[in-house]
Amino acid sequence: MSISILLLIVAAIGVAGYLAGSWRANALAGGKSSSLHSRPGYYGAFVAIWSMLPAVIVLLVWIIASPIYIGSTVRAGFPDEVKAEPQATQNLNYNMIGAIARGFRLLSTEERQAVFADAATARTVLAGKGVPLAADPAPYMLKSADDLNRMTATSSTILSALVVLSALAGAFLAYRAIAPRFRARNRVEGVMLAALIGASSIAILTTIGIVASMLTEAAHFFNMVPAWEFFFGTVWDPRFAAAGATASSGQFGLIPLLAGTLYIGFVAMLVAVPVGLFAAIYMSEYASRTVRSIAKPLLEVLAGIPTIVYGFFALITVGPFLRDISAQLNGLVTGNYSNFIQAQSVLTAGFVMGIMLIPYVSSLSDDIITAVPRALRDGSLGLGATRSETIKRVILPAALPGIVGALLMTASRAIGETMIVVLAAGVAARMQLNPFEPMTTVTVKIVNQLTGDLEFTSPQTLVAFALGITLFVITLCLNIYALYIVRKYREQYE
Amino acid sequence: MSQVSTSPALGIATRPERRDIGLRRRYAAERRFRLYGMAAIGFGLLFLFLLLFSVVSKGYTAFQQTMITIPVEFSEQVIDKNNERATNPQKLVSANYPVVARNALAKVLGVDEKDRAGLKAVNGMISDSVRVQFRDLVTADPAIIGTTQTVTFLAHGDLDSAFKGQIDLSVPETNRKVSDKQVGWMNQLAESGALSKHFNTGLFTNGASSRPEAAGVGVALVGSLYMMLIVLALSLPIGVAASIYLEEFAPKNRFTDLIEVNINNLAAVPSIVYGLLGLAVFVNFAGFPRSAALVGGLVLTLMTLPTIIIATRAALKAVPPSIRSAALGLGASKMQTVFHHVLPLAMPGILTGTIIGLAHALGETAPLLLIGMVAFVADVPATPMDPSTALPVQIYMWANEAERAFVERTSGAIIVLLIFLILMNVGAILLRRRFERRW
Repeated sequence: MSISILLLIVAAIGVAGYLAGSWRANALAGGKSSSLHSRPGYYGAFVAIWSMLPAVIVLLVWIIASPIYIGSTVRAGFPDEVKAEPQATQNLNYNMIGAIARGFRLLSTEERQAVFADAATARTVLAGKGVPLAADPAPYMLKSADDLNRMTATSSTILSALVVLSALAGAFLAYRAIAPRFRARNRVEGVMLAALIGASSIAILTTIGIVASMLTEAAHFFNMVPAWEFFFGTVWDPRFAAAGATASSGQFGLIPLLAGTLYIGFVAMLVAVPVGLFAAIYMSEYASRTVRSIAKPLLEVLAGIPTIVYGFFALITVGPFLRDISAQLNGLVTGNYSNFIQAQSVLTAGFVMGIMLIPYVSSLSDDIITAVPRALRDGSLGLGATRSETIKRVILPAALPGIVGALLMTASRAIGETMIVVLAAGVAARMQLNPFEPMTTVTVKIVNQLTGDLEFTSPQTLVAFALGITLFVITLCLNIYALYIVRKYREQYE
Repeated sequence: MSQVSTSPALGIATRPERRDIGLRRRYAAERRFRLYGMAAIGFGLLFLFLLLFSVVSKGYTAFQQTMITIPVEFSEQVIDKNNERATNPQKLVSANYPVVARNALAKVLGVDEKDRAGLKAVNGMISDSVRVQFRDLVTADPAIIGTTQTVTFLAHGDLDSAFKGQIDLSVPETNRKVSDKQVGWMNQLAESGALSKHFNTGLFTNGASSRPEAAGVGVALVGSLYMMLIVLALSLPIGVAASIYLEEFAPKNRFTDLIEVNINNLAAVPSIVYGLLGLAVFVNFAGFPRSAALVGGLVLTLMTLPTIIIATRAALKAVPPSIRSAALGLGASKMQTVFHHVLPLAMPGILTGTIIGLAHALGETAPLLLIGMVAFVADVPATPMDPSTALPVQIYMWANEAERAFVERTSGAIIVLLIFLILMNVGAILLRRRFERRW
């Protein structure tokens, strides 16, 4: 029986259990519902939970465990000379057996007998059924494939029986437990609470998943390339190795990528911080209600535009514009009409990223500036300071920790930004200080190393995870520090 | 008072020496400061406008496509010379249909069959997609072989650009994609009505194609739709459940503190890191197929969860405690209070947050690149397990194409994406306006 049909059966048993449970509770109450501890629906839900939950748990455990068990049994049945082969070859063999088994399921009994009689025909016969094999299978593989099929079929039968039985047994036991004083509501709510706790721990699981997955893959990478060569290397040249060739390893220096990331982030902050801060100050201190109600949502539209659109804008509009205008300027000054700004450059990427970051800076700082108590403002204005003096001398110093926190969060966003730099910053990893030349970033290289065909064994692929964990740690530190500053600041006025 | 004001002479005489406190300078500084603020907002809005203008001005033409409508003779001579279609159906599939279209167009234009250069130029006006279109026509109804039918088919992408006036005709002929002869023919066809612009339905139905005129976002839209459904189905219940626990039930202890710090940090993790997580956990470890919408949906779910949790907690917090007290006072359990009273009242806020989270997920590109959704997918994926691509990824792939016509397509796809985002955000705003309650 397929898994989905099994799940449907379990669900049907659950619904039946619900109906039976609430009916029985009603019958026990005899029309006087106050004699029940809980409302009838809770008795029904109790039965339904007991019929479905154990069955689903059995199903999940079986789905995970049975392929592992079957796999190890099949491998145990391999001839000894095959067992002596390296692990990678054995895995290949096992995958091929899986393919043969899939093909066997499409054959009739007679056809299978014929294949068994002559193993050499297996490949052509299976190919005829739409199951291509990489090589001619060895005779033991056919036997193993047959075993595999047999065991999978048995396993599926046992699973069906087990799941249906546990559903029925759970329903029966729960049904028996129903009594007027039985605290069904508390039991059901206990399960609900457990589900709520489970949902909220997904956040933790995600973090663990991020850290664990990247650490393991990065550890593989550091086995092949020493960590100090990665963290302190100044050359990025991950020669794309031909498949299987392990000899050429290339150089994986993080420093040029990090330099590019920080440089582009710096240019972006140069644009975003003054514009965002002044916009926030104007909107919180000067703007009339109407101006504010129009300008604020419009600026926030900038935050809602996907970054790929910014990337396209940089690639198609800003980059060529800067290139052409630099050629014109150069021509006017020196008479030589050649551009000194490349279309893909630190300036292009940083400038467009800065525009993207304006709303982050402005809305975060706006909240912080508005949170400065009225009394500070009134005091300063009352002493004869102009508004701008009040802002510069009183409000900004009071809001400074919060604003620094906001800027740190914005910086972490700039460092982790991908699509703009992929399209506008270029791919050349080099260290230089000219903002008119292309540079590349950590995120660009992660994308470059992981698009296309992947081999999870080559350092060229695995380096992406080392880059990823670096990125994760940097942004995490920035964010934690920002949160720390913001929290500390908040305590001052409470 | 009045005396002072009516005798100015007295005022002048007794006017004290005014202390110079630099008022003029300070007011000037005040005005400058104010101006900086206005300039900053103006700068932001200017670039919002420039960005939208640049996309729309480049992309609105993508919604129209140049088509050629001419009588086409499905000549037996070309399609099935030896009359073997009864015995060999493959013949009809592999026939040289572009020649059918070329001959038809050459006949309309009066190009001689011997004129090879002329025929080549004619061929350059026709999209290669006629191969598929005519094949489908003929295989659906083999009886049309030998007859003449009036057919509408796509013009070549370069001709499309030329017809829309996007190719600078003052450039020397050798440096542009369309020759003077072809432009002359184009104008001739346009005058006779055989060549005209139609609404581009292909943009919404076709899949990836190396020919710009036949490329569309249809397949990408289906992939995005699958992913949005998965994100909605997973992140809404999980996010709401997690926020209910954290807001209503969680005791103040280290574990809940940890979860809270975690969620705040996850909201700020770069999206590309989620892509790495998806690649390592879902694809490499759990063995899900690469480029499947399922994996993309799961990754985007993890990415949107923090947003939804933060929005939901704010919405739950906004429900006044009196509602809870009243329900508890009438004998409801804590769980009943939350699910029967607090949650329904918080629902508008939760849905608003969810829609905004979904809109964010819809525009996300970077994690999808890593799990292999940058694939050339020409067929609509039937299930979420099939290889598919997504709208922003399609934009990314087109942005990397060199041809002029793809710039138009890319901008068109961005307009489609932005329209979806605007619809979602407007929906969220309307939802908030309509159902939000102030306590």
